[in-house]
Formats: sequence, C-alpha cells, structure tokens
Amino acid sequence: MSGGAPRTPTQRFWTGVLYVTSAAVLFFLLAPILAIVPLSVNESRFLTYPMTGFSGRWYADLGLDPRWGKALVNSLIIGVASTALSMVLGTLAAIGLNRARFPGHGVVTAIVLSPMIVPVVISSVGFYLFYAPLGLTGTYLGLILGHTALAVPFVVVTVSATLAGFDHGLMRAAANLGASPLTAFRRVMMPLIAPGLAAGALFAFATSLDEVVMVLMVAGPDQRTLPREMFSGIRENISPTITAIATILIVLAVALLATLEALRRRGERLKAGDAA
Amino acid sequence: MGGEVTAKDLRRRLRRAERLNRLGAFALVGPLLLFLLVVFVMPIADMMRRSVHDPELGRVWPQVVVAIGGWTDRSRPPPEPVFKALAADMRASREAGNLAVAARRLNYDIENGRSLVQNTARRLPAEATSWTETFVAADPRWGEPETWGAIDRAAGPLTSFFLLAALDLQRHADGAITPAPPQKSVYLDLLQRTFGIGLGVTVLCLLLGFPVAYLIAALPPARANLLLILVLLPFWTSLLVRTTAWVVVLQERGLVNELMLWLGLIDRPVRLIYNRIGVVIAMTHVLLPFMILPLYSVMKAIRPDFMRAAASLGAPPATAFLRVYLPQTLPGIAAGTLLVFIMAIGYYITPALVGGAGDQMISYFIAFYTSDTVNWGMASALGAVLLVATLILYAVYVRLIGVDRMRLG
Repeated sequence: MSGGAPRTPTQRFWTGVLYVTSAAVLFFLLAPILAIVPLSVNESRFLTYPMTGFSGRWYADLGLDPRWGKALVNSLIIGVASTALSMVLGTLAAIGLNRARFPGHGVVTAIVLSPMIVPVVISSVGFYLFYAPLGLTGTYLGLILGHTALAVPFVVVTVSATLAGFDHGLMRAAANLGASPLTAFRRVMMPLIAPGLAAGALFAFATSLDEVVMVLMVAGPDQRTLPREMFSGIRENISPTITAIATILIVLAVALLATLEALRRRGERLKAGDAA
Repeated sequence: MGGEVTAKDLRRRLRRAERLNRLGAFALVGPLLLFLLVVFVMPIADMMRRSVHDPELGRVWPQVVVAIGGWTDRSRPPPEPVFKALAADMRASREAGNLAVAARRLNYDIENGRSLVQNTARRLPAEATSWTETFVAADPRWGEPETWGAIDRAAGPLTSFFLLAALDLQRHADGAITPAPPQKSVYLDLLQRTFGIGLGVTVLCLLLGFPVAYLIAALPPARANLLLILVLLPFWTSLLVRTTAWVVVLQERGLVNELMLWLGLIDRPVRLIYNRIGVVIAMTHVLLPFMILPLYSVMKAIRPDFMRAAASLGAPPATAFLRVYLPQTLPGIAAGTLLVFIMAIGYYITPALVGGAGDQMISYFIAFYTSDTVNWGMASALGAVLLVATLILYAVYVRLIGVDRMRLG
C-alpha cells in the first residue's frame, strides 16, 4: 500500500478495510472528547442528549464559584514555577548528556528519565511519607518540587531531541572568539534550539497542569488545583460545570497542539537551513 | 624525533581536553541528578525501607520484644517471663497513651487484634501470681502460639511480614512460610487483576493502534500530518477531561446507551461504567496514542522498496506483509506494548473514577493504605511489588529499544 495505488480487487478490499478501521479508531479517540463540548452550553442540568436549549449559565457558575478561581490560580502558580525549575535543570542536563559520553552515561540517563516510568502513585506516596515530617506537605513549595521531578524528564527528552543535530564545535568557536559560556549559550546555542526549549516548556507545563495524584497526596486544602477539583467533581456529583471547565481545557489543548506544530515546523526550517 | 614528542604531547593534551569535556558534561547534569536524588530517589528508597522496617511495636513495647527471644518451643505458648514482660509493657504503654500503636500493628496480623490488645490491657490486674494464667483467662487467644508468633513477627526492627503479605504468604510461629488462608488472600488477586487489565488494555491498544499507525505511515506527508494531529489532540487533552468524557458518554442515559437503544441492539440501558468495561475502554482511550506514536515512527522508516521487491519475487501481498513488513515493525511493537503496559499497571485515577470496587488496581491500594488506613508498611510493600515489576520492564525497554530512543509525541 505504501507503493502506489492498489491494483487487484483484494488489495483494494484491504485498503478499504484499513481506511474504515482507522476512521473508526480516530472516531473512538476524538468523539467522546467532542461530545462533552455541546453539553457545556446546554440548558439542562442533566448531561444527556438531545440538548434542550442554549445557555451560558455553567460558564457563569464557573466564574462565580471562588473554588474554581482559586483552583485556576493554584494550577498556574504551581505550573509556572515547576516549569521554570524543570526548564533550568532539564536544559542543563540535556546539554550535558548530549555533549559527551561520560562514564555512567547510560545509568544517569536512565535515572533522569525514570520519573516518567515510575508509577506516579509511588513517587507521590514516597514524597508524602518522606517530606510530611519535614512540613513540606500542604505547601506550594512541596507541590512545585514534586511536579518538577515529574515534568523534568519531558524537558530532557524534548531538548535532547533538538540538540541531536547541534554541532558542539560552534560553542568552542564562540569560546575561542572570547565569549563566556553563558554568552555562547545565549547567542549561539539558544537561537538554534529555541523551538525545542519552547516545546519542552509546554510539555512541562502540561504535565503539571494535568497532574492529580501528587496533588491528592501532597496538597493541603489551600493548594487544590483544577484537576484536583475536577477529581472531586467527577467523584461526588458530576455537574455541567465540569463540562464547562473540561471545554476550556480542550480549547487549551488545541492551542497547545497548534503552538507545538508551529514550533515543530520552525525547528524543521532551522534544520533545513542548517543543511543548505 | 622532535615530531614524535610533539605527537605524544598532542595526544596527551587531547586526552586532557576530552577528559575536561566529559567532566564539564557531567557537571551540567549534576544539578538535575542531585535534585532528583533528593526529591525523587531518596523518598522512594525510604518508602522501600518501610516495607521491611518495622520498629513500631519495639518502640512502645520494649520489654516483650526482647523477652520473646527466650521463646524456644514454638509449638507451645512462651514461658512465664515473656507474659510478665508483656504485662509490664501493656501497663506502661497504657499509661503513656500509646497502646493504640501496638494494637494497630497487631491488628494487621491478628484478626480482631486491636480489641484483643485493648480489652486485655483494660482487664489486666496490677499484680498476679501467674501472668500466663491471667492472660489466658482474659482471652484464651493468649494461650495460642500464633498470637505470640504475631508479636514475634512484629518485634522488629526488620520484618518480612508486609512483603510476604503482599504476596499472600504468611510466616507461622515456627518460622514456616505458607500461603495465607483464603479469606486473607487478596493481594495475588489484586496483582492478577492489575496485570490482567494492563495486558488487556495493551492488546487492545496494539490492535487498534496498528492500522492507524500503518495508514499514517503510508499517507503522503501533508495528510499524514493531519492524522497525526488528530491522534495527538487526545494525547494533549487533560486526563481528567477524558475521564469526564467517558463518564458522560457511557452513563446509563449516555450517548452509547441511547444509540444502542435507538438502533434496537438492546431494549434497556446496559451498565457500561463503574465496572471493568468502563475501566478498559477509558484506559485504552488514554493509552492508545502511546502505542500509535512509536509504531508510526518505526513504520515511517520502513522502506517501501522491500515490499515491492517481495512482490516482484512473487510473494502474494499477504505473505509479503507477514514475512517482510511485519518483522520490521517489531521494534515499534516492542516499544509501544512495553510503554503502554508499564503505564497501564501503574494506573490509579482512571480506575478510581470509572471503575467499581472490584476494578481497582494496585496503585489504588497503595494510596488507600497510605492515606485511609495509615498502614504504611503495607503501602510500601505493595509499592515495592509494583516498583520492581515496573523497573524490570523498564530495564527490558532500555535493553531492547535503548534509553535514548524514549520520546513521546
């Protein structure tokens, strides 16, 4: 199928099967997400179709309930802070891992990436049991540190991917010309890997924004984030307000994806320019 | 001569420069390594310690945990000095107000152990001629070796109790290890359920993901990119949003039931959520992109001329697919299935929200023992089981696919 148009009826049949199955799978992936969007502007408080009429009241509820406002602010504080911290630590580490193969390179890489693999419940319970006696649970700092640990592998992976084609000789050339390491990073490396850095930051922010297990374990009543409130909402009594917040998050996901796609294209152009 | 010296000198300087470069590279990774050590590795290592470290009983009952060392004939209750030590410990801990600690710890091992300890302590006289008789009179269970075996097992500071319990095993007073009685055997079921759901979800993801990845790899770049974005949209959508979506869609009067009713497939709504069906559907939905992406990246690199070569050598399309194409996708299948399975067995949120009581996986119980019953030994032991399983699979992944090739999206 990868070579030219199908010729025989059998081949045409299998191509048909392939298209139909793929369409069905994509429908399975997308339909449930899209199905909740109309319900967020439905009149009725029941989350069922057919819709009874248009209403913006669930969005108004969202704005009026201080719980959601507080949750949004918490999510932003924790998300931005842990993104900043994981960007610094993760970018340095990615540059280091990419620059030379030092002894223990494989083990270090495996450790750095392991928060992505170890079940979040283990990272969270471990963090809770270890840091509760030190008073770090129920604080913003505790959650920021915890989320940084969970988000940092994504930064390392994303930045490493853009560094793969980077010529470290450029940095030596900059040093030879008298640039300090920081200047060399800012003026030479950063412009070339900027799309990867931006993608890494988005990845880290999305990780923190979507994380709920660590929040369940470590957060106090003052640090409840959006996913934490949604968790309670789904558990206790699922109301159309949840579909309103879900719709906002879907729009956010679309925006995130569009930004990443733009960054990817930019990165490809930079690489193509390099090769030319 | 001179040239040789310069060459040697150059080589030495080159080596030194390389060494410095390696050192500099390591120094850049250092801050992150240190951070993860403190925030991630140490807490988990400490959690693992808790699965074998059991100092609670020794702290509140210091005398009996020493005295029980003098209990040699494990087929009979221990000698009088051990009873006497327990009496002293019980009185002291009752006065100090930490009897509940001992009661809770023994309750893990002995059925109704909490009330056994509390009731006995309340009835204990100040003086007695035979403590053995006094205890047995207060509760006949003090005459059974297994009760004392529980105290011995909890004497600490190290214990195998929690890890054995996590595998439905128990150690008897005489040291023999046997399977736990059926009413106490819940954890092997739990493990089986966890791995069963993980496997089912992985197989579903592979079956659903393979054709999509294949199609995307075969399409021209512009259309492939569009489909890829459609796969990535759910991937970037919050897990809680997707779970909400399934609750709405699968509920009793949700879209799926309404549709099936309208089509006449069923005549009354069927239960699709808060059971195993809901868990498997929602988890497959969440994990499917993690299967499609590695499959696609491998399939994209497969050269179409191989298939053409097979066809021109006379292989029917099915044979060419099975013998030439499929084997080349194996690295992608390995990466996708391992990744999905590793993530699936650690799942907590999705089963907690769309599953019933009988669909909760091991992560749920780790969280439950941590915050609801405060049995940290058991939480840590179950955590150890899950962590070991995960790390073995991670090692396989690193070995087969390479740690450098781990990327998502």
